[in-house]
Amino acid sequence: MSFPNPATSVKLVLLGEAAVGKSSLVLRFVSNDFQENKEPTIGAAFLTQKCTIGERTIKYEIWDTAGQERFALLAPMYYRNAQAALVVYDITKPASFIKARHWVKELHEQASKDITIALVGNKFDLVEDDEEDSLRKVSVEEGQNLAEEEGLLFFETSAKTSYNVNEVFIGIGSKIPDSSANQPEAIRENNQGRIDLTSNNASGGSSGSGDCAC
Amino acid sequence: MDENYDVIVLGTGLTECILSGLLSVEGKKVLHIDRQDFYGGESASLNLSQLYSKFKPSAQKPDLKGRDRDWCVDLIPKFLMANGELTNILVHTNVTRYIEFKQIGGSYVYRNGRIAKVPSNEVEAIKSSLMGIFEKRRMKGFLEFISKYDENVPSTHQGLNLDSNTMNEVYNKFGLENGTKDFIGHAMALWSTDDYLNEVARPTYERILLYVQSVAKYGKSPYIYPLYGLGELPQGFARLSAIYGGTYMLDTPIDEVLYEGDKFAGVKTKEGTAKAPIVIADPTYFPEKVKKTGSKVIRAMCIMDHPLPGTNDLDSVQIIIPQNQVGRKHDIYIAVLSDVHCVVPKGYYLAIVSTIIETDTPHVELEPAFKLLGNRLDTLMGIAELYEPASDGASDGVYISKSYDATSHFESTTDDVKDLYFRITGKPLVLKKRSNSEEDEGLNGLE
Repeated sequence: MSFPNPATSVKLVLLGEAAVGKSSLVLRFVSNDFQENKEPTIGAAFLTQKCTIGERTIKYEIWDTAGQERFALLAPMYYRNAQAALVVYDITKPASFIKARHWVKELHEQASKDITIALVGNKFDLVEDDEEDSLRKVSVEEGQNLAEEEGLLFFETSAKTSYNVNEVFIGIGSKIPDSSANQPEAIRENNQGRIDLTSNNASGGSSGSGDCAC
Repeated sequence: MDENYDVIVLGTGLTECILSGLLSVEGKKVLHIDRQDFYGGESASLNLSQLYSKFKPSAQKPDLKGRDRDWCVDLIPKFLMANGELTNILVHTNVTRYIEFKQIGGSYVYRNGRIAKVPSNEVEAIKSSLMGIFEKRRMKGFLEFISKYDENVPSTHQGLNLDSNTMNEVYNKFGLENGTKDFIGHAMALWSTDDYLNEVARPTYERILLYVQSVAKYGKSPYIYPLYGLGELPQGFARLSAIYGGTYMLDTPIDEVLYEGDKFAGVKTKEGTAKAPIVIADPTYFPEKVKKTGSKVIRAMCIMDHPLPGTNDLDSVQIIIPQNQVGRKHDIYIAVLSDVHCVVPKGYYLAIVSTIIETDTPHVELEPAFKLLGNRLDTLMGIAELYEPASDGASDGVYISKSYDATSHFESTTDDVKDLYFRITGKPLVLKKRSNSEEDEGLNGLE
């Protein structure tokens, strides 16, 4: 299989209150899988997934918060050079929507100016068959309004049923400027002279394990 | 959050974060607390306003370009040896995934009033302006001895015994001048005093070998440095710890330390009581359980708008002024960085000068370094007392790290990490390569 263009690497960070389904969204996107009663995130906080949009291939490097947002600020390292962010809330939990506003503000302060942000109201499966709309606590309009005010993409999703999940990543991908040509000058210049500690240490060993064999 | 943990860690300095990460990876339940609202403690890198509020709270900031966060100024200036133990730990824990590194452009030494590149192999020794024509040949012979030395081949020992001959005897065997001894011992073996001359040669041999092998790895110098400053290192290890289940609480002062008898039992904070049989902490959390080492370090952060004169406009450089060259007992270190390492906005240079204080006028002691720097836009100075734990932690379960010393690299920090790890777990630290597979799940998944 060959691609017309080399994959554009995009660092994507996840933000949102605990238990809104950040990791579940990623698991659905990356492995097309869902785990009921998933434990809080442990052990896997750096996933990669390629996504082909038209002529382009985007390789997402997805950073999970690893629970560091619970009692602590996220380290500046987390936001560093992030080109995309998912701000996730639970459409059945109003507090998580308030928290989402906070994360959007934090992104405007900490992240680079041209970051692409998607606001994602998750757990759509819970309200899908809910005739009286009694479980839904954050309306579609509220989400849309916040997205419009702040210039964000907006989606309602279900990691459980996979509803709209791929659309989030495709939507972000189509907004990301094309490859390194559009990267800020500072980043492009700084790619010169970077050293790869891993490959240099693997003398005699196998080649870099991070290579995608596909 | 009243909970039980295996270990509580206080302070997010580099030593604490490495241990937190290593213990979490091993499956220990770790609670990591810092009273400050940023990661890194003493090993943080500060932005411009943090820097001025710490060192010059009443002064007007000079008019500098760039955003506040384009400045990442290290509180403790150090470089990583490319082949050193911290590099090993970074690679074996995969923390290299979160941090990017670049080389330091050069390694220079001060001799007879000027600076020159430290020669790291026979070819460079012959070209070096540091030595006269005959001394160059003697230096070449010495470097050949170092590189060819083989424990199992007595003919490579040239009649020397690294475990009984002193380093001075080794130098004299090759007929090296005192000035050459100065730069080998201080700029290659990176000793900060001359005590090593009369000790057995092996530790110095190993240090020179580390230097030479580190240079051989990437070429320009033995040193590497993380983009955005050293503060990235504790953040990277904190992330490792969190990924393996470590709980992080910043901006959380310790209200009370709990003991059962003499043994540490837990801490009280605004979030409640957390219990654990063991605590790892930096010296500031247990002032009653640490003692002064007797040494104080002065560090001067100099903001400049030009590269260092005499370095061919290198974007970054380490300069060592050996003690003897300026009539001191301790070396003076200069670390120069620029926007290439993303620690200052374009057009600026940052030089951090440090040494162990010997007089009542420490700022005057830095003069030989200031002369080399040329014009400075501003200089911020701080003096730090160095602390070490008063006991080994076996009796009370309180394991305290040492203050970050004046050396120019992290080898003493990783020694402290390994020593603490051994005392806490009862076994030596063995670095195993973490499997990539779990994190790379999905890499070859959907297409």
